[in-house]
Amino acid sequence: MSATATMVERPPPRARGWPRPRIAGYALVCMWIAFGLGIVAYLVLAWNPAFFAKYAPAYLKGLGVTLSLVAIAMVIGAILSVPVAYGRMSSNRILSGLAYCYVYFFRGTPLLVQTFLVYYGVGSFRPQLSEFGIYLPVFSDGLTLARFTLWDFFKDAFNCGVFAFALNTAAYQAEILRGAIESVPRGQWEGAASLGLHKLQTLRKIILPQALIVALRPYGNELILMIKASAIVAIITVYDLMGNAKLAFANSFDIQAYIWVAVVYLVMVEILRHGVEWIERRITIHLKR
Amino acid sequence: MPAQSLWTLLSWGPDGWLDDIAYGALVTVALALATLPIGLTIGFFIALAKQSEEPSLRLAANIYTTVFRGLPELVTLFLFFFGMPILLQHLIRYFRPEATIDVNSFVAGMIVLALIFSSYASEVFLSAFRAIPKGQYEGGYAIGLSNWLTMRKVILPQLLRIAFPGLENCWLSLLKDTSLVSVVGLAETLRNAGVAARVTKHSFMFYSVAALVFLGLAIVSSFATSAILRSLGRREAQR
Repeated sequence: MSATATMVERPPPRARGWPRPRIAGYALVCMWIAFGLGIVAYLVLAWNPAFFAKYAPAYLKGLGVTLSLVAIAMVIGAILSVPVAYGRMSSNRILSGLAYCYVYFFRGTPLLVQTFLVYYGVGSFRPQLSEFGIYLPVFSDGLTLARFTLWDFFKDAFNCGVFAFALNTAAYQAEILRGAIESVPRGQWEGAASLGLHKLQTLRKIILPQALIVALRPYGNELILMIKASAIVAIITVYDLMGNAKLAFANSFDIQAYIWVAVVYLVMVEILRHGVEWIERRITIHLKR
Repeated sequence: MPAQSLWTLLSWGPDGWLDDIAYGALVTVALALATLPIGLTIGFFIALAKQSEEPSLRLAANIYTTVFRGLPELVTLFLFFFGMPILLQHLIRYFRPEATIDVNSFVAGMIVLALIFSSYASEVFLSAFRAIPKGQYEGGYAIGLSNWLTMRKVILPQLLRIAFPGLENCWLSLLKDTSLVSVVGLAETLRNAGVAARVTKHSFMFYSVAALVFLGLAIVSSFATSAILRSLGRREAQR
């Protein structure tokens, strides 16, 4: 036996030549490098201090508008998503039907259409919207009461954007929430019930901590999708990041207006993506073995 | 009277706008259908590159998906629609200085949507590739099939069946993303509805009609995909 074992030769190491995939891979990577260098070279050659001085502050302001729009819409959407998710999971036919229709409408139509529907469409109901008003204290040379109507809310493009985005993300977040809660096994509910916890306590102390781990990645994806989608409010005249880029391009006909904005979005999305991955690694440490 | 005039506005013909919106819906469907094969092909090859053993190929494919999934669709569209003519102009100046370039919004939309669709579809294909056990490849090689034949006869039929639900989602978001091309002037559903809304001042109604068109397309495609899925399942049962 030992004689045959010594006879066996190790296979020679595989030759590291230039098989076809490697040639293709190097060519493609070189293409990307050339592409990246081309863009950098263009930005260096087209470097225009005047352009920068003029539009960089506007871009920063636009970034603030984009972030605040997404943040407000995400928070309102998260609040709205709770009753929708409840409706989706309820055994009441009418309630679950209504919630299903809501989710189907907002997931089945483009966000751009929904935004237009709010921004342009609500204008059709201007007289009705102007009827309802509330008096709010306003600080303009002393404390006075001013009448605010729903129309005052909807005539601002930013508010319309927030409104449409919040409704849209509520539908998606409701599905995320429902999926996450349903991913927790039934035995968890039953175990909690046998311990004498009531439903709300069970949800808060047992179900949600497990469900939110599952939901973290979809929530992160939804946040990224919202940031990307927020570019479309530029079309309804909100001066967010994209809106300022549009303005800069319209004034200067300089394509670097869009290249810079693309870089900012890309960096933002990458930071978020890696941030979510990092958080997920941190909070699932106890599940790894 | 207003109720009657609303019906006239929604009628088919010179007074109504339904024919314009129907034409727009046709353009929407055409754009999505024209994008689909390109996007599927690119996405498939990107997925192949991502699961290859060659690190440089994986790197190139990962850059592709990072870029096109990270950029907002609208930014990609604008970069392409406004940037491509400038680039082509610079290139063509060396050959024919007098030529001018105009990018067709349908073609620009098709290319941009294919880039975006393919980067999402590649992830779907990749996870489907991972779901196929290694033994399937080895079995293919063991009976003497070439690389290409193994891929076509053994892997691809299983791959499509596994990837189908994910691809359906990609298709639905492609259908919705076509509305963005209206911004660069393609006369599709949303743009025609917008024209009608501006002319008639019935914005809410016409944008609702546009929303209903997209909803209808989503419903039709869900029927179509469930039919395809059923036939795929039947074929699996026959084997």
